[in-house]
This record gives sequence, C-alpha cells and structure tokens, in this order.
Amino acid sequence: MSIQLEESPTTGDEVITNYTINFGPQHPAAHGVLRMVMELDGEIIERIDPHVGLLHRGTEKLIEHKTYLQALPYFDRLDYCSPLCMEHSYILAIEKLLNVEVPIRAQYLRVLFAELTRICNHMLNIGAHVMDVGAMTPNLWVFELREDCMNFFERMSGARMHHAYLRPGGVHQDVPEKLLVDIGEWVDTRLPELFGDAMSLVLDNRIFKQRNVDIAVVSRDDAIAWGFSGPMIRAAGIPWDLRKSQPYEVYDRMDFEIPVGTNSDCYDRFVVRVKEVYESAKIIKQCLAEMPQGPVASTDGKVSPPKRGEMKQSMEALIHHFKLYTEGFHVPAGEVYVATESPKGEFGVYLVSDGSNKPYRCKIRPTAFSHLQAMDMMSKGHMLPDATAILGAIDVVFGECDR
Amino acid sequence: MSVVHSAPKFSSNEGVVDTLSKALGDHLVDATEANGEILLRVKRESIEDALRILRDDHAYQQLMEIAGADYPSRPERFEVVYMLLSLTKNHRIMVKCSTDEATPVPTVTTLWPNAGWLEREVFDMYGVLFDGNTDLRRILTDYGFEGHPFRKDFPLTGYVELRYSEEEKRVVYEPVELAQDLRQFDFMSPWEGADYVLPGDEKAEGEAK
Repeated sequence: MSIQLEESPTTGDEVITNYTINFGPQHPAAHGVLRMVMELDGEIIERIDPHVGLLHRGTEKLIEHKTYLQALPYFDRLDYCSPLCMEHSYILAIEKLLNVEVPIRAQYLRVLFAELTRICNHMLNIGAHVMDVGAMTPNLWVFELREDCMNFFERMSGARMHHAYLRPGGVHQDVPEKLLVDIGEWVDTRLPELFGDAMSLVLDNRIFKQRNVDIAVVSRDDAIAWGFSGPMIRAAGIPWDLRKSQPYEVYDRMDFEIPVGTNSDCYDRFVVRVKEVYESAKIIKQCLAEMPQGPVASTDGKVSPPKRGEMKQSMEALIHHFKLYTEGFHVPAGEVYVATESPKGEFGVYLVSDGSNKPYRCKIRPTAFSHLQAMDMMSKGHMLPDATAILGAIDVVFGECDR
Repeated sequence: MSVVHSAPKFSSNEGVVDTLSKALGDHLVDATEANGEILLRVKRESIEDALRILRDDHAYQQLMEIAGADYPSRPERFEVVYMLLSLTKNHRIMVKCSTDEATPVPTVTTLWPNAGWLEREVFDMYGVLFDGNTDLRRILTDYGFEGHPFRKDFPLTGYVELRYSEEEKRVVYEPVELAQDLRQFDFMSPWEGADYVLPGDEKAEGEAK
C-alpha cells in the first residue's frame, strides 16, 4: 500500500469567502450583553457591527414619570460599577436649574466618594481587562480592594452598590468619623500595597504587552472626531479632564495630575487608568485633610428635607417634609446640559424642566455609546482575540450604554 | 442672580452669543442664554452648514450628544438638540432645530463620524428622520419593535410584553396585560393645577358651588 498524501485544503484556486460570526450576546468578555456581528477574513476582523440595546430599560422615559427625587435611584442602575458618579451629573443638573448652594462639607463628601467610586470602577475594569487577555491572579487581588470599597460605601449609605446617596442640595446623611479615618488608613496602606503588587504582575508582563501594545491605535484627530472622552481621549495624548478643565464641587481646590498616554493603544488606556487610581487616592487624602465640619445638606427647606428632631418641634419643618416627599420640589423651567468626569469618560445629563415637579425630558449621555461606535474603526485589521482587549480597554458597562 | 451652585464651570459665556449669531447669520433663528447655557436655534435645512461653521471656524470640535425631545402641542413637535464641546476654548453650546414626523433633518454624519449612532437613537426613540444617514436602523429597541417609545403619546407600559412559552419552547410576544392599572400618583397641590377631581367633588356636578 502506497502512502497517500493528504491534499491541502487550501491549495488550488478556490476563493475563501469572508464569514460572519456572532460575538455575544452572552460572552464573558463582552462585559455584559453586547452582540457584535463580526465579518472575518480568516482571523482578521474586516467589519464589526455592534448591536446594543439588549439591556434597554427605558430609563429616560421612566424618569419623565417620576418626581426629581424619585428619579435619582435610576441613575445608580445605569453604570452599576460607578453609581455615585452617575448620580453626580444628575444632581448637578438639578442644582444648576435650581441654583441652590451646597454646603462645603457636602461638596467634600461628594468629591471624596466620587473618587472612591472611581477607584472602585477602575479596579473592576483593570481586573476584567487583564482577565480578558488571559491573566487570572490580578483580577482576584483587585477584587479584594473592590470589596473594601463596597464596605466603605455600605457604611456611607447602607447600600453596597445602589447608594442613592447624593441629594439635590447636599448628601443624604453625614458619615461617621470612624469611616473617614478608616478610608484614610486604607488609602495610605492597603490600596498602594495590594494594588502595587497586582500591577507589578501586569504592567511589565510580556504576554500582557504583546496583547495590548499597538492594538487599536487611534490618532488624536480621530479621538476628537469620534467624541472620545475620559481615559480614551487621555490615552490619545490629550490632557482633557473635566475635573480639571471644568471644575465642579471642590475639584478646583484639589491638586492632582492628569495622566496622558503617548501611543493611544490599549496598553496606554490601561496605564492611564492605573495612574488615575493613584491620582484619585491623592484627591481622597486631600479631601480627608481639608474637610470642614458643618451641615451636609442645603438649609433651604424647599429643597432638602428637615431633620427628624426638627420635625417634632416645628410645624414649618413638618409641612416641608410632607410636601417634599409627596409633591416634591418644583424646578424652574429651563434646560441645561451638565457633564461630569465619570470614571469612564464624560457622563452628561440634558435636563429639560417645564416648571413642574417632574423632569420634562432627561437625556442621558452615556460614555460607552461613542466609544463602542468606534469599535468598528478601532478593530479593523486586527485579529479576532484582539477584540476582547479593545473592548476591555473601552471600559463599557451596558447598564449605562443601553439605559 | 448670582451663581451659587457647584455645577461644572466652563469658560465665560460673555460675548459668545453675539459672535456666534453674527457668524451663523441667516441660518440662525434665535440665540438665548439662560441658566449659564447658550442655546442656538437654527433653521432645520441649514443645521449641517451651521454646525460646520461652528466646528471649523469656532473650534467646537466635539459632538458630545444629540438629544431628541417631544413637544406634542407644537406644530413641529420634535426638537433635535446637538451638544457641542470645544476642547480648545473649554466651552459648551447647545444647538437645536425642530421638525415633525415627516420632515427629515439633514444628517451631520458628514461632520462627525459618531453622529451615526446618535442620530439612530433619536430616530429609534422619536421617529425623526435624518436625510443622508445611510444606516438609519433602530438601535436600542428590540428587533422588530414597532413605534417610537419616547414620544409623549407612547404609553409608559408599552403595547407588547414577552414571556417564555413552555408549549412553543420560545419567547412569545403578547399584548400588555396589566394585573392592576398603572397608577400615576399626582401629588400636585390642587391649588396649583392638579388635573384630577378631588374626592367628593364629582358629587357637586351641576349644583351651585
């Protein structure tokens, strides 16, 4: 019997056609429910058509049917990885229309916990990103830190994830002194130790670099034209941070740096986030050092509710409380667009008020929408496994993207 | 009124309305400044030209958002609002135009590539058409969805609900059936225009009040 050579399946003149695969909607690296219809040439991505909206809950419509205060918890459920920063834009939009003054201690508390939220969010994204490209250990380590953050949030508001802590005119309640002490200690010791350890495994790791360096390079002009914001635009070398350029609350008193990238690839986006964690830690320390004593909510009874004790004594306070929790406060007619620097980028709220106690229109500007739209542009010509790295570096959460 | 709130502070609005009004010329309908925001209302037909002028000559490089809004009582019920951001001037403006169900708005995908999805979203939610957008598919709603859910006359509960059918072994769509009526609590004070009948008032119908 003679040896029969197997014929190569690719020799000859046959043309290999592109084929289409479905990435998601249930894929661990899709960071939620994302369906991407990919057109591949072998393993090279030719075209990506992301299908979003699988988590669309009609938040904006629901908000139109609620009073301003009742609509607040919906924001926690947008980007459930950084709930406080979602509330922040909404609260500031209401305050801008009302033109209400926020006590200085409340502003410090907001900034303090917004930065803690940023750390918490970056922990998840950094962990998920390294896991997407194959590393297991760092994710487990940074989840420890995330757990610590959650515990702090629980002591702050009673809830680990959906805080509903910010209120128009201030914050819901003051925090125990011990919590501030513990956060200070955590930022000084545990965070840099554990995070530094975890990052020492990743940042110079050969495999991690091979998977991320020079992947999805976006030029400066493209980053601007595609409406990038947050770490995505900073990785492109544009030092644009709303906390610095359009300061809100007490950010203008804070001393921090804006990390920028040079290459604008997935690795730079990752490093920008790692550096931001340290900058956030710096801001937290300053907040803890400078935070004055005082009220944590506006003293205007028409906006923020009275204290329990006050209600027992004062008729006026009782009426205010009753009106606030039934009818709610009225917001003067007008429209504003307020955007803050959420951990993922510019998170904006376009709020239209018709003078009643409910928002007439509340349009939420998610960060992931513009970034995900550029997915096709960014992944063209890359390999199929790079798609997960690109997606990880975008930092997308579908609660916010789909609303 | 002095500004006491702590919302983001961008560059001063001083003189911006005049400069931009002059630059936009005939395209402009009116320009206002309220609550620290600059709002330019431009003619629908020239929205693309107007935004091009703002982008190229006045350094509003980024299109951050396109928002739709529905005002059913107006002859042209929909508003399309464009949020522009200038990275170099550190300034924000809002540009808007209005339209109705049938008249398309010129697309701005020619100016910003990210306008594609933003316009798709406005189309999906409000049914506003964009002339020149080559990919005007639905984006957030379900495959095969009918209607435009963010219109004010679209009910909050929607028209269809879906469940997994054990018999058919697939998800089936059915008309919405509410076990209890959707409750809308109206806590507006009756002296300030609540639109419900106070309990007991219905008996007074036709009698001297």
